[in-house]
Amino acid sequence: MAKYKMHLLVCGGTGCSASASAQIVSNLNEELSKQGLNNDVQVILTGCFGFCEKGPIVKVMPDNTFYTEVKPEDAATIVAEHVIKGRKVTRLLYTDPENKERISDSKHMGFYKKQLRIALRNCGFIDPENIDEYVSNEGYAAIAKVLTEMTAEQVIDEVKRSGLRGRGGGGFPTGLKWEIASKNHADQKYVVCNADEGDPGAFMDRSILEGDPHSVIEAMTINGFAIGATKGLIYIRAEYPLAIHRLQVAIGQAREYGLLGKDIFGSGFDFDIELRYGAGAFVCGEETALIHSMEGLRGEPTFKPPFPAQSGYMQKPTNVNNVETYANIPIIILKGADWFSKIGTEKSKGTKVFALAGQINNVGLIEVPMGITLREVIYEIGGGIKNGRAFKAVQTGGPSGGCLTEKHLDTPIDYDNLIAAGSMMGSGGMVVMDDTSCMVSIAKFYLEFTVEESCGKCTPCRIGNKRLSEILDKITKGNGTMADLEALRNLAAVIKDTALCGLGQTSPNPVLSTLDNFGNEYLEHVRDKKCSAGVCKSLMKYVIDAEHCVGCTACARNCPVNAISGEKKMPHVINTELCIKCGACIERCKFNAISIK
Amino acid sequence: MTQIKSLADLKALKTNIQEKMDTRAKGNKDGLVQVKVAMATCGIAAGAKQVFDYFLTESEKRGIDIVLTQTGCMGYCHAEPTIEVTVPGKDPIVFGYVDVKKADEIIEKYIKNGELVEGIIPVNYETVQKN
Repeated sequence: MAKYKMHLLVCGGTGCSASASAQIVSNLNEELSKQGLNNDVQVILTGCFGFCEKGPIVKVMPDNTFYTEVKPEDAATIVAEHVIKGRKVTRLLYTDPENKERISDSKHMGFYKKQLRIALRNCGFIDPENIDEYVSNEGYAAIAKVLTEMTAEQVIDEVKRSGLRGRGGGGFPTGLKWEIASKNHADQKYVVCNADEGDPGAFMDRSILEGDPHSVIEAMTINGFAIGATKGLIYIRAEYPLAIHRLQVAIGQAREYGLLGKDIFGSGFDFDIELRYGAGAFVCGEETALIHSMEGLRGEPTFKPPFPAQSGYMQKPTNVNNVETYANIPIIILKGADWFSKIGTEKSKGTKVFALAGQINNVGLIEVPMGITLREVIYEIGGGIKNGRAFKAVQTGGPSGGCLTEKHLDTPIDYDNLIAAGSMMGSGGMVVMDDTSCMVSIAKFYLEFTVEESCGKCTPCRIGNKRLSEILDKITKGNGTMADLEALRNLAAVIKDTALCGLGQTSPNPVLSTLDNFGNEYLEHVRDKKCSAGVCKSLMKYVIDAEHCVGCTACARNCPVNAISGEKKMPHVINTELCIKCGACIERCKFNAISIK
Repeated sequence: MTQIKSLADLKALKTNIQEKMDTRAKGNKDGLVQVKVAMATCGIAAGAKQVFDYFLTESEKRGIDIVLTQTGCMGYCHAEPTIEVTVPGKDPIVFGYVDVKKADEIIEKYIKNGELVEGIIPVNYETVQKN
């Protein structure tokens, strides 16, 4: 049985595969067997290293040598020099762009790793159902520090100085929110964790609650101490049964240890947490609607002011923060505001978790420092666009956000830049689209979502969005007019100005941003009755090319609506009136005679 | 469970657990192989539970001592189910697309013989150091 002494890891991610990683593997194997080393050294293809720009990558274990831009013909050198003589091949080592030094050990090149896990620090490392594992990773050390060494003002000051902003989407400074709640005096105050994650494709909060529930419990306790609240409530979607289960387990364990309950750490401070379940209404992620839902009322927003910090749950001062915001708190207390505020950009500190989805190779949950560019996220962490297609747009911020395009690829991602680009941070969904996506249809999809989720309380949102969605539908069906484009803009502006809550005010964003960035695509749909992405069925036309058609009748026999006619051995014709554009004929045609126009 | 009533209590508990965890991570002579299975909802939906159960029953059947734990999302949605295997004295390795067949291969090849199998996901992030 082979006992390998050394492993050569060759990146098999899509980017590297395109630049011949399979050939590198076979060349390495060939060289190794020539030298009789194939029982000592194993060559293995791995997943993406997230450093595609410098691919193909070969990593040598156990010494962690990291070779970049390796060519198949380098295999012989790697085997002869590194494997046999134990000398690193300097010319293939990564060069630090700043000091031009060659770096040999991948452990010293942490900077190539674009991701920094702060909120996700324990996800995937500890057993979420075992409080001991959390404790051994500095868990509950922050609340211990707060209760034994700090005053409430100091805690608020630390959070303020850290520059942490709300991760639920709005980006309101967290410390300021705490300060306002702390200054409103009442016999009872509340701390609420907003775990009503509703953006399509977003699952950051669920992952945190399922992977590291104690960090949220600890942070809420800190929050309670800071503002003078003794009760915490977590508003969580009932659709997250595992997250609920793990939270219940975690709360139970924290109570047993005395980390929730009376007189925590002998400080005289009492705090406990209850769960409240949401029924999955998107609008309940809006803090006033969330509070009403917890009170047993309809999940509808109310006008602010009064802000929840003045009069929230049960008309008492209430501080509402999102799950990811809370996950950042304990580590800020432990490592200090100065450390945290060094990460990120001037106005957006720290990191942001994104759920990377869509037409991208490495779909995943990522955490990146603020200020990273979309290009780094898509092409390095995400491993590029699936099937080598062209990048078209990325949607951020869910139904409240917008689409960013090629021209935004190098814009540093932070709250303010995204808003300036016509989108928003949102809770962190990031859907990548390639050239097969029709932007009018995308806008329509998000509008349909908003129409479905509008609570109906205010007219602009209830009726305005419905009209927007109808106009978009009309355009995708090929019935749009130039006046419709004008109407879209006007109506969108009115909704933005007049809707009651955040949901309504931001709901036209998907329309406006696609109009701005992909105006030509709207024009094409309206003027030329064409959808180049090939998504809008009504605008497609199936045509048989008479030159290539041999009259085999395969298409006609397989057409489910008998829209194809023609004599045997004579070119056939599609009746576009009857055609339902199902594509069955294209699949059957062996002569590539049918095309979509 | 005893209650934690002071900073000293918390530190004592932490040291106590860390000693236990250290032995299992660093692996001295009788250090055990540690297997973590990413079990968030999405991982479970992709089959992580079956993989977890498989490791549980098979390690017993085949007489290999492993420390098996569930954990949260590792972030590699494109390659669920994912597991992390730490062989004493070596860096942890993450494997993606682990089904029962792959799990068998990992036990037989990597855990028993230190031979790598395909499906390795290189770690492409840094985690903040807590102290």
